[in-house]
Amino acid sequence: MIGTRERVLNYAILVAFAFVALFPLVGAVQQALHLPDLDLSAFQRAWRDGHFGTYLRNSVIVTTVTVALATVLSIMAGYALGTLEFRGSGALFLLFLAGLTVPTETVVVPLYFDLRTLGLDNTYAGVILPQVAQSVAFGSFWMRAYFRSVPRALLDAARVDGASSWTTLWRVLVPMGRPAVLTMVLLVAMWTWNEFLLPLVVLNSAEDLRTAPLGLSFFQGAHQTDYTLLTAGALIIAAPIVVLYVFLQRHFITGMLSGAVKE
Amino acid sequence: MTPPRGKGRPPGAPRNIGWLYVLPALLVYAAFLVWPVIRGVWFSLYEWDGLGTGTWAGLSNYARVATDASLRGAFGHALVLVVFYAVIPCLLAFVLVAAVSRTRVRGLAFFRTVLFLPQVIAMVAVAVAWQWMYSPDGPVNGFLRLLHTLGLPDWSRGWLGDFDLALPAVGLVGTWVEVGLAMVLFLAGVQKIPRELYEAARIDGAGPVAEFRAVTLPGLRRELGVALTLTSVAALRNFDLVYVTTKGGPGEATKVPAYEVYHRTFETGEVGLACAIGVTLAALVFALTAGISRLAEGRRGAA
Repeated sequence: MIGTRERVLNYAILVAFAFVALFPLVGAVQQALHLPDLDLSAFQRAWRDGHFGTYLRNSVIVTTVTVALATVLSIMAGYALGTLEFRGSGALFLLFLAGLTVPTETVVVPLYFDLRTLGLDNTYAGVILPQVAQSVAFGSFWMRAYFRSVPRALLDAARVDGASSWTTLWRVLVPMGRPAVLTMVLLVAMWTWNEFLLPLVVLNSAEDLRTAPLGLSFFQGAHQTDYTLLTAGALIIAAPIVVLYVFLQRHFITGMLSGAVKE
Repeated sequence: MTPPRGKGRPPGAPRNIGWLYVLPALLVYAAFLVWPVIRGVWFSLYEWDGLGTGTWAGLSNYARVATDASLRGAFGHALVLVVFYAVIPCLLAFVLVAAVSRTRVRGLAFFRTVLFLPQVIAMVAVAVAWQWMYSPDGPVNGFLRLLHTLGLPDWSRGWLGDFDLALPAVGLVGTWVEVGLAMVLFLAGVQKIPRELYEAARIDGAGPVAEFRAVTLPGLRRELGVALTLTSVAALRNFDLVYVTTKGGPGEATKVPAYEVYHRTFETGEVGLACAIGVTLAALVFALTAGISRLAEGRRGAA
């Protein structure tokens, strides 16, 4: 039997962990908002001096384009790898899988020099394309797992009805697989929004193209110990993803946990 | 062209059209991920300042990674961070899960959401928040001063500027971020353990500790593997946090390989060496991922 005492202890442990998880965040909110007076001036100052409007806009552009490209390419690649058994599909899958383990730190230096040669440094394309490549590694892995879970009979039925592989994909499988696609979209959006090293290196002299995390790091460099201002900036750049997370947390959690789990 | 029958391929199934579907993804992937990896390996074999022409250096950059005191220090720091990012969070998560696995918890979804939250916040924002936490008049020192008034020694200090404590201070931020990941994984795993196993253990008179060792721990083997992989990789790839909070300082106290890649390329002009560090890092991540998943799958096979 489990006594009341043990039950109370369990909740105490859970609450303690939750408190520790929330404390720095709630503390930052309190610090930035000057609670309980509710003084928004730090946000106004951060927004004005930190140019966060521009940085958020840049992040929205970079994230949207990256997600859109990565989603379409991953769906197509995952479909082929998962359902169309063609010669070399196994090797291709392993190639994409290997990309999951490549850290940005490994590719960022060669990317910097090659993008500069191509004239893509300090452009949106220079931060978008490498992130599409990284996302496609995860996306094709993720979508392949979904397409493999689709019953074979469904694919055969579509073919018997005369649907081409293209029609089957976009008219039947993608609408059915909306949850899997949504999870992928959210994860790629989060990774792209939060990415720091790549924009830091690629957007080295384009101040007006800085993404939100990059903008925050420069803002921090300029306001070393003004923590009210800095925490306000941090909240501004974290807010969009946190809001998405609060509403769609199940997708975030299952996606991030199963991303690393081999099928 | 008629595809051959049998061998699991349904009649009329499309074949090489598969390449057309993969091609767009493959092109972007090859150009912006595979090619940079190859170039990185290539660069790592040269001595190059990023401006002039490089000179062939063979494996000497890798030899420096292995022998240079400052770089060895950086990899040593990465190992310390693995303790803070991976080992401590997994141990803490086990404490929590051991407690929770014996009872049904109401509001588990809420706790899950809260515990996982640090995972989704940009590391740059996390770093700024923790810089405030560790600041001279921040909450950490405030709490320690409170303890001081209660008669304990005064432990307050500038954490991120302290030669001995900056690395553990950075590591604790990692603990804070990763503990939720481990917990959510273990909580999910515990729910999958058949209730009968717990009942059987209780009928055998097992106490909480024996029950944990006999039922919970073996049941979480796979989750433990995943948690250790994800968190150790996060420890090795720790650039954002160090860049924002300490820039590797004070002195070299928080230098880590990920930061050295940036530092050696853009600040000291040792591009070949930076690429060698990057390639070593990738090899470590790969070995770690492969090794841990093997360990975790080892006994249970494909379960």
